[in-house]
Amino acid sequence: MLELKLAYRNLVSAGLRTWLNVVVLSITYVLIIWHQGFFSGILRQSEHDMIKDEVGGGQYWYKSYDPYDPISLDESHGIISPKLQSMINKNEATPILIRQASIYPNGRAQSILLKGIDPSQKILSIPSGKLKTDGEALPILVGRRMAINNSLKIGDFLTIRLRDSKDAFDAVEGQIVEIMNTRVSTIDNGQLWIPLKKMQEIVEMNGEATLVVLGQNVTGLSDSPDWKFREQKLLLKDIIDVIKSKRIASVILYIILLFLAMLAIFDTQVLSVFRRRKEIGTLIALGMTRLRVVRLFTFEGAMNGVLAALVGAVYGIPILVLTAINGIPMPDVVDSLGFALSGNLYPLYSAGLVIGTIIIVMITVTIVSYLPSSKIANLKPTEALKGKIG
Amino acid sequence: MKNLILLLFIVSSSIGYGSPPSGEEVLTKIDRNFTSKNHISTITMVIKGRRDTRTLKSKSWVEGNDKAFTEYLAPAREEGTKMLKLKDELWTWSPSADRIIKIAGHMLRQSMMGSDISYEDFMEDPELRNVYDSKVTGEEEMNGRSCYVLDLIAKQDNVAYHSRKIWVDKERYLPLKEERFAKSGKLLKSVEIRKVFETKGRWYPKEMVLKDALSSGEGTQIIIDSIDFDVTIPEHIFSKASLRR
Repeated sequence: MLELKLAYRNLVSAGLRTWLNVVVLSITYVLIIWHQGFFSGILRQSEHDMIKDEVGGGQYWYKSYDPYDPISLDESHGIISPKLQSMINKNEATPILIRQASIYPNGRAQSILLKGIDPSQKILSIPSGKLKTDGEALPILVGRRMAINNSLKIGDFLTIRLRDSKDAFDAVEGQIVEIMNTRVSTIDNGQLWIPLKKMQEIVEMNGEATLVVLGQNVTGLSDSPDWKFREQKLLLKDIIDVIKSKRIASVILYIILLFLAMLAIFDTQVLSVFRRRKEIGTLIALGMTRLRVVRLFTFEGAMNGVLAALVGAVYGIPILVLTAINGIPMPDVVDSLGFALSGNLYPLYSAGLVIGTIIIVMITVTIVSYLPSSKIANLKPTEALKGKIG
Repeated sequence: MKNLILLLFIVSSSIGYGSPPSGEEVLTKIDRNFTSKNHISTITMVIKGRRDTRTLKSKSWVEGNDKAFTEYLAPAREEGTKMLKLKDELWTWSPSADRIIKIAGHMLRQSMMGSDISYEDFMEDPELRNVYDSKVTGEEEMNGRSCYVLDLIAKQDNVAYHSRKIWVDKERYLPLKEERFAKSGKLLKSVEIRKVFETKGRWYPKEMVLKDALSSGEGTQIIIDSIDFDVTIPEHIFSKASLRR
C-alpha cells in the first residue's frame, strides 16, 4: 500500500520529532502494562495468601458471628454441628474459637482477639503446630506485625485477661512460642492464637467454636441452622473490591499519561498538515484522492503507536520480566492498607493485558491522528499549492 | 450453784464478745455503710497515667442499685459528658458527638474516661452480700486500724470477680483494702481506702485508690468531695432525655 510506505518514510524522515513522540508513547505503554500487572499481582497474591492462611475453601460461621460487629462477638459461639464435627474428624475442616481479651504488654492494657486453633490442623498454613508444647505456660502464637507493634519476642510471657462463657473474669499466663510471618494482616494485627482445647477449657466452652474453616475443594452442607456457610468468593469479596477500586483510581493516571502522549501526537499532526500543505496540494494535483491523503496522514500518526510498541518492547520486556520474576519489594507501610502485600510483590502480566493496552493506545492514537488530517478533506488543491489551508 | 451459773455466764459472754462476727454479718454492715435509698455526690477522679495525670470532676445522682446518672464537670474537654445507668444498661452522651451511645459488649470492658475503672466495674451490684459467700479468715492491722480479713467467693458463676479479699475496719465496718481476683486466682484489681469520714451515722470513703493490678499505671485516685444521702432526686434525671439536656 502506497500510503503505508509513504507514511513510514515521512515518519522516519521527521527524525527527532518522531522519536520524541515514540518515546513518550512507549513510556505510556510500559507504565500502563506495569501498573495493571502490579494490581493483577496484588489481586492474585492477596487471594492466594488469604485462601492459604485465613479463608480456606470457605467457612461456616456461627449464626450470630459478624467479624465487623465486636459487640456481638462474645455471643458468637456454639456447639459444632455433627456434620461439621465429622468433617473436622476427617481433617477436612478446622474450628476456630474467637473471644475478646486484654493483654498488658509493657504494662499497658490492650484489647485483642484471642483465637483458639487446633495445633494439629492442616487446613490453614499458619504454624499452629508450634502450639504443641509440654510447657506449663499457655503457648501463644503471634503474627510479626503484632510482635513488632508490642515489642514481643519468642519466650516472652503475657498475661491474658478474658471472660468465660458466664462472664466471669479469668487471667492466664501465656508464653510466646512462635512469631509467624504471614502476609495476611487480618490474622495478625491485635490477635493471639492459642490451642483450641485449652481455650475451650478456660472459657468453659467445650466443643464450641465461632467458625469452622473448610479445606480446599471440600464441600458439604451443615445440618444445623446455627451454622451458616460463607463461600470463599464472599470471604474474599471485600479485598477484591478494595483492589478493584484502587485499580479504577489508577485509570486516572493512564488518562493523564495518554493525554500527554496524545497531545504531542496531535500537535505534530497539526504542524505536519500546516507545514506540508504544498505537498498535500501536489499529491492531490497528481491525482491522489483527498481520502487517500487523509489516510496517509492518519497512518503517519498511527505509526507512532506501532513504533512506540516496538521501542517499548525493547526496554519494557526486560523490565517487566525482571519484576515478574524477582518481585517488587514492598515497604512495611503497605501493611496498613490491609492487603496481603508484605515481602515481595510479583506483578502478573497477561497476554490479554498487553494486547488490550496496545489496542486501546492504537485506537486513541489513530483518532488523534485523524482529527487534524480530516481538514485535508475540504482542501482545494490550488489553494494548497499556494500554501493556503482551511 | 449460783456462782457456777454466774461463772458460765461470764465465760460464755466473754467468748461471744471475743469471737469475730460471721462474714455475712460483716458484709451486711458494710452494705449498710455503702448503700442508701439515694444520694447525690461530687467526686474528683485523678487518673495517673504513664505520661501525665488527668483530673476529672463529676456529679452523680444515684437511686438504689439500679439507677445512676453522672455528669462530668471538668476538665473542659470532658465537661458536659453524661452517663446513665438503668439496671444493666448503660448509655453515654458527649456534647462533641451529640449522640447517645449505648455501652455494651466489649465496650463495657473499656476503661471509663481512661481511668482504672471499667464500665463493668461501674455496673456491678454494690451489695456484696447479694453476690458473695464470705468468711472471716483473720485479723490484721491496716493504716493503724484493726481489721477483719474476709475471703469472698462468688455465689454464682456469672459474677465478674470470682473471689475477693477485703480488710474491714472492725469498728466502722468500712473496707480499707480490697483485692479482686480472677477465677485462676490472679489479682486483677486492688482498692485502697486512704481516708474516711462519717456522715449521718455511716462511715464512707473520702479518698481511695483503685488500681488495675495487671497494668503498670499508678492507679486512679477517687476523692469524694461531697455526698448527700437520702435526698429528693427528680425522676426525670434517670431518663435518656436528660442525657441531652
